[in-house]
Amino acid sequence: MMRLYADSSKCSGCRACLVACSLNLFQENNPKKAALVIEAHFPAPGAYKVRVCTQCGACAEVCPTGAIKINERGAYYVDMAECNLCEACVPECPESVMFVRTELADTSWKCDLCGDCVSVCGTGVLWIAETEAAVA
Amino acid sequence: MNGYGGQILRVNLSNGQISKEPTPPELAREFVGGRGFGIYFLLKEVPPKADPLGPQNKLIISSGPFSGLMIPGAGKCDWTTKAPLTGGYASASMGGHFTAEMKYAGLDSIILEGISPKPVYLFIDDNKIELRDAAHLWGKGSMVVEKILKDQYGEEFQVAAIGPAGENCVSFAHINHDYGRQAGRGGVGAVMGAKKVKAIVVRGTKSIPVADPEAYRKAGLELFKACKEAEMLKEWTSYGTTIVVSWCDEVGALPTRNFSAGSFEDGKNLYGPVMRQKIVITDKGCFGCPSPCGKYSRVQRYDTYVEGPEYETIGMIGSNLGLKSIEDVAHANYLCDEWGIDTISAGGVIAWAMECYEKGIFTKADTDGLELKFGNAEAVFKLIEKIAKKEGIGALLADGVKRAAQKVGKGSEKWAIHVKGMEQSAYATHNATAMLLAYMTCDVGAHHNRAWAITYDLQVGRERVAPEKVARVIWLQHFRPMFDVLGGCRLQWVELGIDRNLYLPALEAITGIHRTWEDLELVGERIWNLARLYWMREIDGFDRSWDLPAPRFYEEPPTSGATKGQITRFEDVQKLLDVYYEQRGWSPQGHPTPQTLERLGLQSFVN
Repeated sequence: MMRLYADSSKCSGCRACLVACSLNLFQENNPKKAALVIEAHFPAPGAYKVRVCTQCGACAEVCPTGAIKINERGAYYVDMAECNLCEACVPECPESVMFVRTELADTSWKCDLCGDCVSVCGTGVLWIAETEAAVA
Repeated sequence: MNGYGGQILRVNLSNGQISKEPTPPELAREFVGGRGFGIYFLLKEVPPKADPLGPQNKLIISSGPFSGLMIPGAGKCDWTTKAPLTGGYASASMGGHFTAEMKYAGLDSIILEGISPKPVYLFIDDNKIELRDAAHLWGKGSMVVEKILKDQYGEEFQVAAIGPAGENCVSFAHINHDYGRQAGRGGVGAVMGAKKVKAIVVRGTKSIPVADPEAYRKAGLELFKACKEAEMLKEWTSYGTTIVVSWCDEVGALPTRNFSAGSFEDGKNLYGPVMRQKIVITDKGCFGCPSPCGKYSRVQRYDTYVEGPEYETIGMIGSNLGLKSIEDVAHANYLCDEWGIDTISAGGVIAWAMECYEKGIFTKADTDGLELKFGNAEAVFKLIEKIAKKEGIGALLADGVKRAAQKVGKGSEKWAIHVKGMEQSAYATHNATAMLLAYMTCDVGAHHNRAWAITYDLQVGRERVAPEKVARVIWLQHFRPMFDVLGGCRLQWVELGIDRNLYLPALEAITGIHRTWEDLELVGERIWNLARLYWMREIDGFDRSWDLPAPRFYEEPPTSGATKGQITRFEDVQKLLDVYYEQRGWSPQGHPTPQTLERLGLQSFVN
């Protein structure tokens, strides 16, 4: 199984990945609707932390409607038509990258491994590779 | 409207009235955005001869059609106003994430009008827009305020704030954002301070509509691909703008001890690789930037964090003040950011004061006891605070180098390095005629970013005074500022060398309007001429004498460094202007002719 990886030490906080993500996921320009997170810790210690989906599947396990499925890339994704906004998945996510924000969308959302974030990242923070479990 | 937030926000600070109006489609068509919107509102709405610090002046903050979209470097924000520093046109460009957030809140421009009766900050959370009490923030540093507001409202909010210098209306006070990005030049922070606005806090959660989403996505990805494949990406991203320190030192363009030379004997201590190794802790990018020039540093000696220093600050606060240590420069940079003054003007005016001291025009009685010699870092730290507080000698320097020299006299006007009252930024131009002309004719005063022609000088022969050099400067003055119109960054083109034609399909897919670079450069030319009309309107007797450089560049050849003994003759300075005016279609006094205004369709801007 493939997943997205991030090396936070290379991140410059530009957020290009967020707008690319929302554009692919929702066909919208709206970083608030992205499926990864950049935390900025300034002025001290002066560092960024990137949080990404590890495709662990914990969200899918608890989804009562079966809305979180596996796509052709082998990644868990939200079938938006089947999400009932129960939010059961949100607290289960160990990386806090399972999103429900009803003011922004009528569905939950998560990373579906489209790869557009990797395409726009200029500093090599993000890449897609086999999960550790698969490598092991 | 595709590619736009769709609305203009007006905040009348005098009566607290907040209103929105749709962004006029014809404005977007003709002036595109950013500083195009800025000059339009400035000319149409701010009455002639308004006091820059009075209620009639406006602070116009604008994004562009690229801002906040998936375009490399789409994080540039324009701040236009009548400049307290010069009495003319100010258009300061700020990077970071503010402009993107404005767009997500649906705003193309924010226009601050009037003067608030008490300190406030402007709070914008999508459609919830309020003026909130800032009594607890007044008097605090710009980054301290940013931290307080971010802690209060959360990471999704972006903050732009002034420091004490802005509150005190220091004529070169800046506006600080994202812990180290500024709208720096011309005194935009003083205008905000005069209006009693300590900060603007903004969050937007709306989506920006585009005309053709699939074509836009494709064109956007092409642009990022070109940036990532660029040969220069790695080296540029390692050092950012400090990549040019060593080059400038070698060719004699690094301002040294108040521009008396262009090479610094201790310059090597300030080079990019030294800085990277000694103090940089992370790269820090503006919105959507694949090649972040921002270097964020920690100076252990002073226990301070600062974004930078970047090239301009290294030149103006470092070599131009004779400071030999990158840590000292970085700490001075931090002080300027926190107190809220532009590092370029600060370096210019402090260098002038140091020269006054070394020449015996100032004694310790004039400098509040400071030993104002080149190289004295402690004195620089103290002066920055004094300027921000307008305390002692700081009150004199807070007016900028032109007015300070007029007040002091005794020949010190000769070493006040400015054009139109704006301190020259960090390129020594003793023998670099294109760059000299770029400074002479820049629309805000002696600033480099409109036409960065110094490399062209080296390419074609630095002392040459040739029509093609003038033509190059004019083309740069139209083309480069278009990024400030589009709300993007020019550095992917300048430094990574990506094909500028890649931007065109993206712009068309975003706005639905087909444009060529020739179309866009015409917009640039119109803006350039409008800025000229603004100077003519605001300053009685505005003529070619306002385009002359500091005498140092035609009277005093450097006695050391790469440009030792080299100078541009005064007759060549005049010739540069003659050719420039002729090519622009301006009169010998530097005024656009009626035919030129007609060609550009600008007659309606002249009474």
